[in-house]
Amino acid sequence: MSKLHVTALINGDEVEFLCEPDQTLLSVLRDELNLTGTKEGCGSGDCGACSVTVGERVFCSCLMLAVEAEGKEIRTIEGMAEGDKLHPLQQCFLEQAALQCGFCTPGFLVAAKNLLDRNPDPTESEVRYWLAGNLCRCTGYDKIVRAVLDTAKEIRQADGS
Amino acid sequence: MQFANPDTVESAVNLLATAKGESYVLAGGTDLIVQMQAGLKSPDLIVDIKNIEEMTSITADNGGYRIGAAVCGAEIFEHAGLKADWPGVVEAIDLIGSMQVQSRATPAGNLCNASPAADSVPAMIAADAKATIAGPNGRRTVSVLDIPTGPGANSLAAGELIVSIQLPARKLRSGDAYLRFIPRTEMDIAVVGVAVNLSVDEKGICTDARVGLGAVAPTALLVEEAGSALVGTEVDDAALETAAEAVRAVCRPIDDKRGTAEYRIEIAGTLLIRTAKIALQRATG
Repeated sequence: MSKLHVTALINGDEVEFLCEPDQTLLSVLRDELNLTGTKEGCGSGDCGACSVTVGERVFCSCLMLAVEAEGKEIRTIEGMAEGDKLHPLQQCFLEQAALQCGFCTPGFLVAAKNLLDRNPDPTESEVRYWLAGNLCRCTGYDKIVRAVLDTAKEIRQADGS
Repeated sequence: MQFANPDTVESAVNLLATAKGESYVLAGGTDLIVQMQAGLKSPDLIVDIKNIEEMTSITADNGGYRIGAAVCGAEIFEHAGLKADWPGVVEAIDLIGSMQVQSRATPAGNLCNASPAADSVPAMIAADAKATIAGPNGRRTVSVLDIPTGPGANSLAAGELIVSIQLPARKLRSGDAYLRFIPRTEMDIAVVGVAVNLSVDEKGICTDARVGLGAVAPTALLVEEAGSALVGTEVDDAALETAAEAVRAVCRPIDDKRGTAEYRIEIAGTLLIRTAKIALQRATG
């Protein structure tokens, strides 16, 4: 089986990689590109730990073939902070302890950022439905949802809107 | 395994029709890639259809809409025209999975994957949606009702694929709705799903009604007797009871972890009544 050559924009950098035709994007991110912030939970699209954005939408990278990434703009958790400066969502998750073991956290952050990029003022219900595809088995969802709502407020105030 | 992403329907058909071994169409992959990961499917060829413009767009069509087979649920949910004309179909599609799944999964895939509990299928049946199929012998258009033939099985021949799904023009004073029963509020599989699409005249008398029913038989069903029970009435309580009994009469559910057969039959009638009331409200509102 010959490998396929793929070029994609990952966290703003043009990245080339070789992959098997049936290899998932998750597998390439973690095993070939060393972007291990993206986690594998279930491997079947149920838990959201492997969430990344492709273009403007949030995907489970376990449910996408790596070859489908050709020409696409992909963002993972590694692309969220700007250098040493954490994204306000990351900062807020830390300050409010919206995590315990942290395994689900990258997926929650990627999905939550996608929501706030689309809707800077979501209701609690909108946050809960948007994050319904991200499972957390230790923190519980209240702290996570509160952190997302507080971050949204903080960003709106910083933007003066 | 070979991977292809052709940019025309014709080359996709050609690839599928001449392939040896197992070949599959890839749209959202939310069923296919899971099945591959679980070792249930080992494709020799995957044809990704997301590079084909006709299959990735929503276009106006004779007053209705043509939804390309690779258009994902999230894009349908964001389409103001579809939402206004076919709220029941859109809400049924929107109930499927998480945002991550909505960003990939397609109603055409939901139809071909042929789960008896597929949420979009009863809604498309009630809407009298058609599927345009391309294959080695050209194109044909069939009712979505004729696509699923049993759990996980569909009527597409070798080399065929769905190009698009057409929703007809929204009639005057008509509306559709879809409700499913699940024991939680999100991220679950229907115990029963009911869709109703109906029209009324200027006096409020129902002139036509179609009822789609899911998760209570090997395939989603069109319940003609339930639609007929509403036609000629004001969709009053008596007519709704008759329609509910017609729905219960065609249920052939299994017992499983989501509910017993007896429970599903009971719930199906209850859901019919609730769904029809919403469709009526949309038709007259």
